[in-house]
Amino acid sequence: MSDHHDDDHHDDDHHRPEPVSPVEARARALEALLEDKGFLQPGFVDAVVSTYENDIGPMNGARVVARAWVDPAYRTRLLADGTAAIAELGFGGPEGRHLVVVENTPGVHNVVVCTLCSCYPWAVLGLPPTWYKSPPYRARMVREPRLLLREMGLDLPESVEIRVWDSSAEIRYMVLPERPAGSGGQSEDELARLVSRDAMIGTARP
Amino acid sequence: MDGVHDLGGMDGFGPVEVEANEPVFHAAWERVVFAIAAAVSVRRVSNIDAFRHAIERMDPAHYLGSSYYEHWLTGAATLLVEHGVVTRDELEAKSGGAFPLSRPVRSTAAPARPSSAEPRFAVGSAVRVRSMHPLGHTRCPRYVRGKRGVVVRVDGLFPLPDVAAHSDQPCSEASYSVRFAARELWGDQAGGAEAVHVDLWESYLETP
Repeated sequence: MSDHHDDDHHDDDHHRPEPVSPVEARARALEALLEDKGFLQPGFVDAVVSTYENDIGPMNGARVVARAWVDPAYRTRLLADGTAAIAELGFGGPEGRHLVVVENTPGVHNVVVCTLCSCYPWAVLGLPPTWYKSPPYRARMVREPRLLLREMGLDLPESVEIRVWDSSAEIRYMVLPERPAGSGGQSEDELARLVSRDAMIGTARP
Repeated sequence: MDGVHDLGGMDGFGPVEVEANEPVFHAAWERVVFAIAAAVSVRRVSNIDAFRHAIERMDPAHYLGSSYYEHWLTGAATLLVEHGVVTRDELEAKSGGAFPLSRPVRSTAAPARPSSAEPRFAVGSAVRVRSMHPLGHTRCPRYVRGKRGVVVRVDGLFPLPDVAAHSDQPCSEASYSVRFAARELWGDQAGGAEAVHVDLWESYLETP
């Protein structure tokens, strides 16, 4: 990957190499040693990473949500067996083998967290954002969800029950948001574009 | 282990900082670390439980003071040293400086229970989380230990991480989603219309 390194610094008018941070030096050292020993094959890094950079992301989950909004039978299957219904759209694999979809309603709002590490439904949402993996989110979402959601821009009435899902075992969770009012005439593709990543985590609404 | 990674319910971290339009990776070295962690799994140096435990064994100050992919780098490097793939001397010589690794494993496997084909609890079962403080890996968060909840979903059989992180012995057992009222967890100041659902293996649960 060293040939990609300068891509991050194309705005450096003086073409001085950026000082390498200690953590980057450690990562490069481990990479070089593993390549020398034949443990890491050339091309492996790009092959692994390109899937998550190009093919997997919240657009997958958004397609699932849009389908559930337009197809009541699909919605029923999705809530009964998330893994199978999501596989119908071609999504699965790592961090997507045991999926549960939790549905928001006028009286119930769901939100997902992993207090112990960073468990997240890669198959439908891609790799998690930094904030999802951060200590404040992991510490506070189980303790003061209403306040934290308000801080993050989602002010729920006290009458709405909040259900927090701590993905501490093998299940990975995705939230099925409520279909926005006034979206009645929109196509499935148009609806998918309304669905944000954060709405499927539960820290926002579409 | 009752480690710094077990963050649920802790105070003092301040606001959640959200980066707009965040890239999948922030630097090329993070891509490298992601792939090395994948290789550690593909090459069967460790399973996911041992990998998580290697991160949990980081010095607490290092854990809280470092980024997510530095956690992965430290955990992967620790396992690769422990399994003899690389040495710490090689790492420090190649990187030109200190290469902090995680602390050693303090525990061998939790006692294996006979895995039963039939889950002991069902949807609607009242349960209490055991008071447990294993020195090894566990996926039973501290904030639910000793607390009462209700089973809302039975998820089938999965390897118990407390065993799987430390040995290859068979250890599959039922896992459940358990609902806890927020006031059971946090006392009367918690909201009445809030609940936390935690996924827990059968070994973590008892009949209240």
